[in-house]
Amino acid sequence: MVSTDFSYRLWRHDGTPGELIPLLQSAQEHFGYIPRRAIRYISEVTKTPESKIYGVITFYSQFRLQPMGKNVIRLCTGTACHVANSGVLLDTLQDELGVEVGGTTEDGVFTLFSVACIGCCSLAPVMMVNDDTQGKLTPARTRKIVRKIRRQTLASERQAQATSDAETAPAAD
Amino acid sequence: MRKILVGMSTCGMSAGAKDTYAKLESLLPEDSPHELTITGCIGMCFREPLVEIREGGTRTIYGDVDPKRAEEIFEKHIQGGREIPEYVIYKVEDDKPVGGQELAFLAGQERIVLRNCGLINPESIEDYEDRGGYQATRKAIEEMAPEQIIEEMKTSGLRGRGGAGFPTGLKWSFAAGYSGEAKYVVCNADEGDPGAFMDRSVLEGDPHAVLEGMIICARAIGGTHGYIYCRAEYPLAIHRLQLAIEAARERGYLGRNIMGTDFDFDISIKQGAGAFVCGEETALFASIEGERGMPRIRPPFPAESGVFGQPTNNNNVETYANVPWIINNGGQAYRSYGTEKSPGTKVFALAGKIAKGGLAEVPMGMTIEEILFGIGGGIKDGREFKAVQMGGPSGGCIPAELKHTPVDFENIPKTGAIMGSGGMVVMDDTTCMVDMARFFLTFTQEESCGKCTFCRIGTLRMLEILERITRGEGQPGDVEALTELGGRIKEASLCGLGQTAPNPVLSTIRYYMDEFKAHIEDHSCPAGNCPALVDFIIDPQKCTGCSICAKNCPVDAISGTLKHPFVIDTEACVQCGKCITSCSFDAIFKTGKKVAAR
Repeated sequence: MVSTDFSYRLWRHDGTPGELIPLLQSAQEHFGYIPRRAIRYISEVTKTPESKIYGVITFYSQFRLQPMGKNVIRLCTGTACHVANSGVLLDTLQDELGVEVGGTTEDGVFTLFSVACIGCCSLAPVMMVNDDTQGKLTPARTRKIVRKIRRQTLASERQAQATSDAETAPAAD
Repeated sequence: MRKILVGMSTCGMSAGAKDTYAKLESLLPEDSPHELTITGCIGMCFREPLVEIREGGTRTIYGDVDPKRAEEIFEKHIQGGREIPEYVIYKVEDDKPVGGQELAFLAGQERIVLRNCGLINPESIEDYEDRGGYQATRKAIEEMAPEQIIEEMKTSGLRGRGGAGFPTGLKWSFAAGYSGEAKYVVCNADEGDPGAFMDRSVLEGDPHAVLEGMIICARAIGGTHGYIYCRAEYPLAIHRLQLAIEAARERGYLGRNIMGTDFDFDISIKQGAGAFVCGEETALFASIEGERGMPRIRPPFPAESGVFGQPTNNNNVETYANVPWIINNGGQAYRSYGTEKSPGTKVFALAGKIAKGGLAEVPMGMTIEEILFGIGGGIKDGREFKAVQMGGPSGGCIPAELKHTPVDFENIPKTGAIMGSGGMVVMDDTTCMVDMARFFLTFTQEESCGKCTFCRIGTLRMLEILERITRGEGQPGDVEALTELGGRIKEASLCGLGQTAPNPVLSTIRYYMDEFKAHIEDHSCPAGNCPALVDFIIDPQKCTGCSICAKNCPVDAISGTLKHPFVIDTEACVQCGKCITSCSFDAIFKTGKKVAAR
């Protein structure tokens, strides 16, 4: 299987046409978004102007120029979910998180996206939180799920913080 | 020995199939004589997760198998050999359906494209070969001349399943007629229509069938390399395709000197990066080349100049999946299904307000009613059937009166909708048609690549008018403006996206003028959907009197005593919807104004 690792891909690039999008995809996988320096690297190896790369990035909805939150929520707004009232869920999520679609919460815990159909129409309305699909949502259930994940994320962060503190000062338990 | 199969496609997994699989795996001792494996989607999404127990010629399929139920099935059926009839949704003995609660769902189907979905482990090439896989490739390479393959495809009458319905054999003959440094075979797996998921199920459930179709096509037209352009939103499909390609290479079905001949052909996957317009073939080619996915003018047609300016043949997933069956059984056999001008079968994705949502493959020419009520079990919660949307953002709504329309390439376009890739989204009496028109236009407006002025700006103007109407600010002349703009956009756009973008609006105007009138003239939404035109009401049965809604209401329109049901003053309410989204008990709902007055 061909490695999708970003630096490997950059290194082995041999001028094959059509490699720009796969390179951007592996950059995004590596960094979580496409930073300025990745655009510079890609421009150098593919001999493509940065302006053109920027044009490709902004054309496709998959690519991000900003870092994302620790959890990514993708609310389905496809036809079946729309008929099942996903619009209310979008309002609920925007209200609960305090961000618009495409935005990241101030604490960096969530990024909210809407997507057109994730193909789980019989479970509508659905959202994907990272790789988990949650189906048959209501506003109340949606809030519960989001709050639970926020608690878990913050708790694990605190724990990681505590561990690193404990390492530096073992007596201060 | 019993074989246990867990349905592990995206729909199954989101319903919890992973937990079910893990449970069965933990229960099964290492030295167990029984075999646990995975399979693709059988189409009954509404009963996922599914578990099948196979013993000899008997297949017993259980529905709604959560870990608890899995444990029971393990004890009673897998170990004890006793079936649990109340959980059986489908039972087959020697390829004949014999019973189960959902017998009607599968009994009315003819499965050609889905012939292996739900039967084999999609990650195993041996399973595919056991079901006759790659025999068509062998036949096409060893026994047939390229012209014969194309002739057989023409005889079958197969028409492109991506939506336009162009005869596949004819398309192949065009591509065969051009030569270049390379010749490409492209598979469009950029299934972008919201509400359609049949290609995903085929890729996840039977990836080799698609590869085989592409190999046979390459043999017929002289193709040198294949690309599968798949949505990045389908990670599982990409994973299984990757495994399938590697296995096919190892077996010598792909690569150099295929089956000992001088025929070389290989396939690579290109991941789409999220652009609906890339479903249009010339935009898809641009995207494969690493450019912005914008369509270009035809001619030259792809058969002459496609990917990297070379001759190219492009078909979608379902079309390729039909090919091995046609080569094995002959074009005449394929013709025996469906209608004269639309032969064969078609896979439909049933979704929306339907009782049994899932995938169904039926012969062309079945009526809408037979598909929705015979197979799909009618409307959810026993509500009234209002319309079915076909063709996604390029299609239109077909009203309930036309439910006797046969579903094929001749009759569906007459209704103003299109066959499309096969999504059927069902709507009941609570769906507002004006809002549906607005919804589809929001989608196409966002996805317009911006190349053609009418598509870029025209759709935005139409959307603004529709938004105004759903807010209750419609004006006389709005419908006429929409109709005129729609006509212009269709005429003046280069690709399929723009040429069809106004369809959902125009077809709703055609059939649901009364709803447009109600919104514009009476400022009311008959379906009780558009927030600005309805009343918000608290269900006293569900309300616990927690007062959260009252605290969130920006105009203090909600009042009540703690621990008693609250009430909304509909006169003061500004319909912002804050109360609905803040309620922890889902106690607040919208209702049409007339209902409230009663």
